[in-house]
Amino acid sequence: MDFRQKLESKYREILTNYLADRSEQALYQGQKLSRNAIERNIPPEEIVSIHRNIMAEMFPEKFNDRMQESFDILLEVMVAYGFAYREHQNLKHIQQELRTEMEIAANVQKTLLGTEIPCKKDMDIGAISVPAKHMNGDYFNFVEDENNSVSIAIADVIGKGLPAALCMSMIKYAMDSLPENRKTPTLVLENLNRVVEQNVDLTMFITMFYGTYHIDHHIFSYASAGHEPGLFYHAETQTFSELPAKGLLLGIEKNTKYRKYEKEVMPGDMIILMSDGVTESRTKEGFIEREELLALIEKNIHLKAQNIVQNVYKELEKLQDFQLRDDFTLIILRRNV
Amino acid sequence: MDNQSCVKIINEWDIVSARQLGRNVAKELGFGTVDQARITTAISELARNIFLYAGQGQICIEKLYENGKTGLRLLSIDSGPGIKDLRQVMEDGYSTSGGLGAGLPGVKRLMDDFQIDSSPGEGTDIRAIKWLR
Repeated sequence: MDFRQKLESKYREILTNYLADRSEQALYQGQKLSRNAIERNIPPEEIVSIHRNIMAEMFPEKFNDRMQESFDILLEVMVAYGFAYREHQNLKHIQQELRTEMEIAANVQKTLLGTEIPCKKDMDIGAISVPAKHMNGDYFNFVEDENNSVSIAIADVIGKGLPAALCMSMIKYAMDSLPENRKTPTLVLENLNRVVEQNVDLTMFITMFYGTYHIDHHIFSYASAGHEPGLFYHAETQTFSELPAKGLLLGIEKNTKYRKYEKEVMPGDMIILMSDGVTESRTKEGFIEREELLALIEKNIHLKAQNIVQNVYKELEKLQDFQLRDDFTLIILRRNV
Repeated sequence: MDNQSCVKIINEWDIVSARQLGRNVAKELGFGTVDQARITTAISELARNIFLYAGQGQICIEKLYENGKTGLRLLSIDSGPGIKDLRQVMEDGYSTSGGLGAGLPGVKRLMDDFQIDSSPGEGTDIRAIKWLR
């Protein structure tokens, strides 16, 4: 017996039982049968046809021609539903394929953009970056060099998802291919600006912050291409201030020059860098206030830098009901006491 | 050809005539009610495409006897604007997002065999077969 015949005999049995005792039990059997039929991709018009045939067989007198003909309309209507149902099944299948592909792409991206947080005796560094969707349009990278300095890049493509992620891979490789002697913050931004201007279409913009921490004399020099302003924590006064920085976004004007800024870092001071996914965390009441963000950092300030960024992320994630609207990146560099 | 009949599609009522023709032939060949309804739904979709997008064309129904099998061939021929990207109209979800080519993948699934040819500016030619089981 093939599945269709089995289905028909099961349907006959259920229908007979129900007409005999009108029991909930029989109705429940009907529900189970539908699950089975859906699994086997039986379209709805097939079920209508089975019902009609069985009724005609069981009640040749009462289920007269009129009654039977009325099923022509029901059948016609159900074919259209079957039409939509089959399309839906196929779209579900396609969606599953896309999801798998995205997961693979996200893993490839993780490997491509991977960076290790440097371990330095005088410094405590923490970083977290979480994509809103599968692929991350934020990017950060650490580079250590022989002059005992640690450089950090943080960038954000306007937009998110796949297009942003593709764009980021380009930035990463443009940066890797810069010669050693051109890695001062202003030169890095000026070079990348040219790469972006030539290779990315006009609707895509990238903001970027690049800074170098000179461990020997505790100077942080940096430049910014329209990136979300960083914050500075003064341990002595226990206050926060903004890291001033001005500069045009990458990819707008070919010959943009960037200005270099310097900041002296005292023991316990912190440099806090982020993408706009942090400041644009949204709750029902609107964007979070800067005070809320500062309060979150302060609450965790006694912890290691990595624990601070993780705890701040956890709290903001919770505030947003676990739905990130934008890629989220937060980095903290602290000079050890 | 003796075993081919056609209906010109010019206005919406012609869709009904095309369905009627298809149903008569399907019945005659011995298709069950479910397959009859599937064949007429396919005819409706193709005839509606002609009516909505091509302006005019025709639907032809042909009886097929091949290697001991019996079938019904459905032809939809128009000299409308044609379809530029066939791959796109054969993609599920395309018709629902607006645009021409309503439900061609659906028609393909309702039938056993489906072929489409189209050149922009010259028109579209669709052939689909349903075999009697």
